[in-house]
Amino acid sequence: MDILKQISESLQKGDHEKVAMLTSQAIEEKIPVKKILDEGLIAGMNVVGEEFKHHRIFLPSVLLAARAMYAGMDLIKPLMIRDNIPTIGKVVIGTIKGDLHDIGKNLVGIMLKGAGFEVIDLGNDVTPDRFVQAAKDEKADAVGMSALLTTTMTGMKDVIELMKSEGIYGKIKVIIGGAPVNREFAEQIGADSYAYDGMKAVEILKEYVKDK
Amino acid sequence: MRDFLYRIRAGEIIVADGAMGTMCFEAGLRVGDCPELLNIENPQLIEDITRSYLEAGSQIVQTNTFGGTALKLAPYGLQKRSAEINEAAVKIARRAAGDRAYISGSCGPSGKILQPYGDTEPEIIYASFREQINALIEAGADIITVETMVDLEEAKLAIKAARQISSTIPVMAAMTFDSTPNGFFTIMGISIEDAAVGLKEAGADIIGSNCGNGIRDMVMIASGFRQATDMPLIIQSNAGLPKVENGKTVYTETPEMMAEHAKDLMVLPVSVIGGCCGTTPEHIRALRKMVDSWAA
Repeated sequence: MDILKQISESLQKGDHEKVAMLTSQAIEEKIPVKKILDEGLIAGMNVVGEEFKHHRIFLPSVLLAARAMYAGMDLIKPLMIRDNIPTIGKVVIGTIKGDLHDIGKNLVGIMLKGAGFEVIDLGNDVTPDRFVQAAKDEKADAVGMSALLTTTMTGMKDVIELMKSEGIYGKIKVIIGGAPVNREFAEQIGADSYAYDGMKAVEILKEYVKDK
Repeated sequence: MRDFLYRIRAGEIIVADGAMGTMCFEAGLRVGDCPELLNIENPQLIEDITRSYLEAGSQIVQTNTFGGTALKLAPYGLQKRSAEINEAAVKIARRAAGDRAYISGSCGPSGKILQPYGDTEPEIIYASFREQINALIEAGADIITVETMVDLEEAKLAIKAARQISSTIPVMAAMTFDSTPNGFFTIMGISIEDAAVGLKEAGADIIGSNCGNGIRDMVMIASGFRQATDMPLIIQSNAGLPKVENGKTVYTETPEMMAEHAKDLMVLPVSVIGGCCGTTPEHIRALRKMVDSWAA
């Protein structure tokens, strides 16, 4: 079987050791790095995303696949930097000020990285200043905000307002998520998108960077 | 008070209590505050909420210890105070209830994801549950309730910790399921059948579901459990999914609606019926009335 297809299939099974081994082999065989990434790792993760979306697999399988993706990424990352191959996009993520919950945000981070994004994770209890500063410094494509509490979700608006006054609103996409948040709320506060879960966030952001 | 499990096995239906967390927020718990710290800093509030459930007819009241493991307290810098916080919570519940209700020590998820999916070793999670449950039992809890679990392995660790500390204390274990086109699953992919087998195997006496998307789904989940097992069941439903109206969280299922659907739970039967997020003493009062008229 084609080695890239093998990478994709091992990744879908969550076999990180095999993905690392095959990725090394592909590098030795001088397969272009971009091709290993697109047709091996990302291709595999796409299948995982689809399966998850249709409830045929669950979170544990996605987490294992993401770990396998990292195993491959760790090997090709230095080569991507050497060859100036950009990641598919850069996202700054964090949980809103006052909110100490981070499982949901961490899962989104794992899935975004798994899909090939570069993720700057600011952690939890993140102030609007830090969101905006990081988005500017990192020249991010998007800012992803999470809140678990209805009391903290309103802090998302503060971040968006600061983005407006700093002149980056509309240039950097805002995507929000978390248990109490919905599409309606996203529209109310002027966020570009709402993602129900990590895979949806991946889908939305991929679509967005594709159009860029 | 008569033996809890004896009553359950004799076919009695017991009414538990409703929400603690959403009641605390209603009473002014602030953003970023640790709900379990209220056991130390505002015990009166917790006692008042507990009393309001007792007056509504709860026969089981839960301690305010859902996030009382050291792992869950750690983000607040309170990881060293798990035993103290859990002990205080049992004392508050006992002060409110005396011996007219069972005190159930609430034990929620650690907030960590177990290996191999996540990075946390089972030993660490087990130790955290063990410390919490030990404090709850030492302080005099009558029951341990492991709840809102989505990972069966984590639920089993908590049940085993309780069992290791006491071979006789009644242990209830409830998981949270979502509706998918292929049936009900937890976010970690655990089916009702898997849960029924695993929770029993780990040593729970009463199993079932809490939290979730509302009472209608809960009736279906309870039926699923009944098909999968002949163990006594517990159901504690949310009052629907929260909606945000004018910046305020609102739960939409009324006490009447919940009580009406409780009939469908009682026929199965479900032995312990109570509420979760968004339920209030009014919900419990309505449930109480329904259960009493059913028994009569």
